Amino acid sequence: MTWPPFIDLLLATSLVAVAWAALAVRALFAAAVLFITFGLLLAIAWVRLAAPDVALAEAAIGAGLTGALLVDAIGRLAAADRER
Amino acid sequence: MLHRLLTAAALAALGAAFFAALDAPPPAATPLADAALARLPDSGVSSPVTAVLLNFRAYDTLLEVAVLLLALASVWALRIPAPPSPWPPASPVVATAARRLTPALLLIGAYLVWIGADAPGGAFQGGALLGASVVLLVVTGAAPPARPLPLRLALVAGLLVFALAGLAGPLLGRPYLTWPPSLAKPFILLVEVFATLSIALTLAALFVGVPPERPDPGAPR
Repeated sequence: MTWPPFIDLLLATSLVAVAWAALAVRALFAAAVLFITFGLLLAIAWVRLAAPDVALAEAAIGAGLTGALLVDAIGRLAAADRER
Repeated sequence: MLHRLLTAAALAALGAAFFAALDAPPPAATPLADAALARLPDSGVSSPVTAVLLNFRAYDTLLEVAVLLLALASVWALRIPAPPSPWPPASPVVATAARRLTPALLLIGAYLVWIGADAPGGAFQGGALLGASVVLLVVTGAAPPARPLPLRLALVAGLLVFALAGLAGPLLGRPYLTWPPSLAKPFILLVEVFATLSIALTLAALFVGVPPERPDPGAPR
């Protein structure tokens, strides 16, 4: 199966767009979800660059664990706000 | 309506990308890759990436394991006050999903470490997955409270075993952190198993952020 060039282009532009959206969006939870999306897209990019080992690490650590950390931090911030 | 159709189209393209990415072409060869591939039979593994990480450039990987431990030590040194009740009780759906997922995650994590000898995978990828499964148990309240000493021993085991296994080189008249070709596979496996344990627990401990409390001296263990 060949890889049409426009999908590479779509991947590259999506990475920049999602990265921008993650930084620009005001809602913290949406930013965290966009960050996880960015990590998954980046994992595909690594596979496209023929680095599946890096892709696995990016998906597990970049998207998974860091995403969980961000969502957890938002939960704690909300809890701290409620106490105040 | 158009918005949803566009979203569906984008998701379909993403799904197609996932499957197509699995058939990615092999990388272009470079002189360095040729040199590594030429010595692959001596490395004890057939995956070039693992051969470089745990044999040809084992020193880099040893320091990576050390850096991870140093990061955890730094976070613990911040002495962030432990929140009184860190995680609210998980909903039954989430708690059940976490319980059902854990055996599968353990299996996939162990598989990634084992397959790392021949295909993409290895201690970092397997350890990250196992670490994520520990995080899942922690946030759903299913993880037993960690005992400080065993946890600390498991956290340093990866670095300790790696550094001690490297002594086999000088003992056999070879440079530090080199494996004799006939014993390379067992050495790599030994180092990877303990590195995986330490990486998984270090990542989970970094997520939790506070060191486990010392048990009361008077309390029964």
